[in-house]
Amino acid sequence: MSFEWPWQYNFPPFFTLQPNVDTRQKQLAAWCSLALTYCRHHKLYTLDIMEAQESPVFNNKKIERKLSMEAIQVVFEELRKKGNLEWLDKNKSRCLVMWRRPEEWGKLIYQWVSRNGMVNSVFTLYELSNGDDAESEEFHGLEEWMLLRSLQALQSDGKAEIITMDEGKGVKFF
Amino acid sequence: MDRFSWANGLLEINETLVIQQRGVRLYDGDDKSKLDVGVALLSTHRLIWRDIKNHECCLSMPLSQIIFFEEQAAGIGKSAKIVIHLHPPSANKEPGPYQHSKYSYIKLSFKEHGQIEFYRRLTEEITQRRWENTSVSQSISPGVSSQVGRFTRAVGIVGIERKIEEKRKETDKNITEAFEDLSKLMVKAKEMVELSKSIANKIKDKQGDITEDETIRFKSYLLSMGIANPVTRETHGSGTHYHMQLAKQLGDMLQAPLEEQGGMMALTEVYCLVNRARGMELLSPEDLLNACKIFESLKFPLRLRVFDSGVMVVQLQSHSEEEMIASALDNVTEKGSLTAEEFVFTEIDSGNSFSLHLIHTCRDLLSFLLCRLLLAEKMGHLCRDDSVEGLRFYPNLF
Repeated sequence: MSFEWPWQYNFPPFFTLQPNVDTRQKQLAAWCSLALTYCRHHKLYTLDIMEAQESPVFNNKKIERKLSMEAIQVVFEELRKKGNLEWLDKNKSRCLVMWRRPEEWGKLIYQWVSRNGMVNSVFTLYELSNGDDAESEEFHGLEEWMLLRSLQALQSDGKAEIITMDEGKGVKFF
Repeated sequence: MDRFSWANGLLEINETLVIQQRGVRLYDGDDKSKLDVGVALLSTHRLIWRDIKNHECCLSMPLSQIIFFEEQAAGIGKSAKIVIHLHPPSANKEPGPYQHSKYSYIKLSFKEHGQIEFYRRLTEEITQRRWENTSVSQSISPGVSSQVGRFTRAVGIVGIERKIEEKRKETDKNITEAFEDLSKLMVKAKEMVELSKSIANKIKDKQGDITEDETIRFKSYLLSMGIANPVTRETHGSGTHYHMQLAKQLGDMLQAPLEEQGGMMALTEVYCLVNRARGMELLSPEDLLNACKIFESLKFPLRLRVFDSGVMVVQLQSHSEEEMIASALDNVTEKGSLTAEEFVFTEIDSGNSFSLHLIHTCRDLLSFLLCRLLLAEKMGHLCRDDSVEGLRFYPNLF
């Protein structure tokens, strides 16, 4: 399944940060959604801002437009404010992208668990993300840090408890 | 040149030769004279010129005839000159080569140089006024000699003081005369304005009898002719009151040209127009700006608008922004996208009268149209694509 670009992607002004505040807000929203759907489609969890500039998301070769570094930073900052991004270093050169926020992931996982009547069971993290049972689920293949965060979110809601086991971690759902 | 009289080339008893210079040509004012190759001689009493070939041809002029003189530097293909300004010729002057001349100055052209020394010596002679001590009988006019007499009586400090006093009075008189002329001119100007008004009214009555073209041309003349009673700081003091009165006058005056020009004029144009109309009582840019600023508060059908780019225009209230934005938006939508430059071309193609008017008057249509685009962007109707190819505007699809 190939990635479907939004209409804005072929609209040259999309690649210029708009000075009009209202217009800019809409533009940034479109950028955020594009960046997240792109990462989700390609299962990207970390982004390097330098590499990002060359990636097709921010660089449309067809219409010969690319988003400037400053503009990318603005987009990323916007994503951070929305809770979809976390910087990995102070220079803001690398970041974690969460196309779903931990709480959302947690919710998805909990739904799957309760749908399958496995509340009160214990899973290893590996079982959850790579197990055969959940192969068709969206959280299949989720990176461990992301999974752990989602479970932590659930834990703070009192729906799960993370347990340390001999080899790595496990989780029990309530 | 008519100050010169024929001479025999001999010096008088008390007269001494100061300097002589070959290769000097005489100019009657700005015109070359036939007296082209000769020797200029400066004596304590006279300026003498003698033809180099024909020694019979010799002219002279008393130094007392000289008011002042100045140097004129040499240029390419031009020799250095000394310009000598002269008193009018005295009545009992001996005949000379010229009976009459329209110029009150002559020029000595130094083809073989030497003008610097000549100038220096001439300065010396004029300041020392040695001819006064022993006047050369033949050439000094009675008027001049009486003056000379007075000066000789008052030497020393008293003489200097008297001279200064004399000069002051002279300047005083000149200034008063100059301003008298001005006020006369103002009176005439008022008459002219009134005349123009009556003509304007006649044109109104007879509209149709003359062609459109003629009417327009005539109107433009009248417009340049002016305001009959310009509001000035003198008549209305300074401060707010002055600006209010000024704004009223400007409002009345600008209405017509604004309507003709499509409802909008750059402030610089307004400034030119207003000052042309005012004639003598010129307005400072600051006063104009201040007056324009209060158009709106005075509930005038005009307003001053400052674009984000800093361009200031005076526009009719009826000239709505929405209209401008709509026109920009229409153009962009029609073409898909536009740069300001392309906008200029579409405007020309569309024959928009205001834009054509701007172009005809060599004004900055580009920055004006850019203002429009930016305004439309500000209102959220357009968005921009800023690439290496330049700034391009698109309809705001976001």
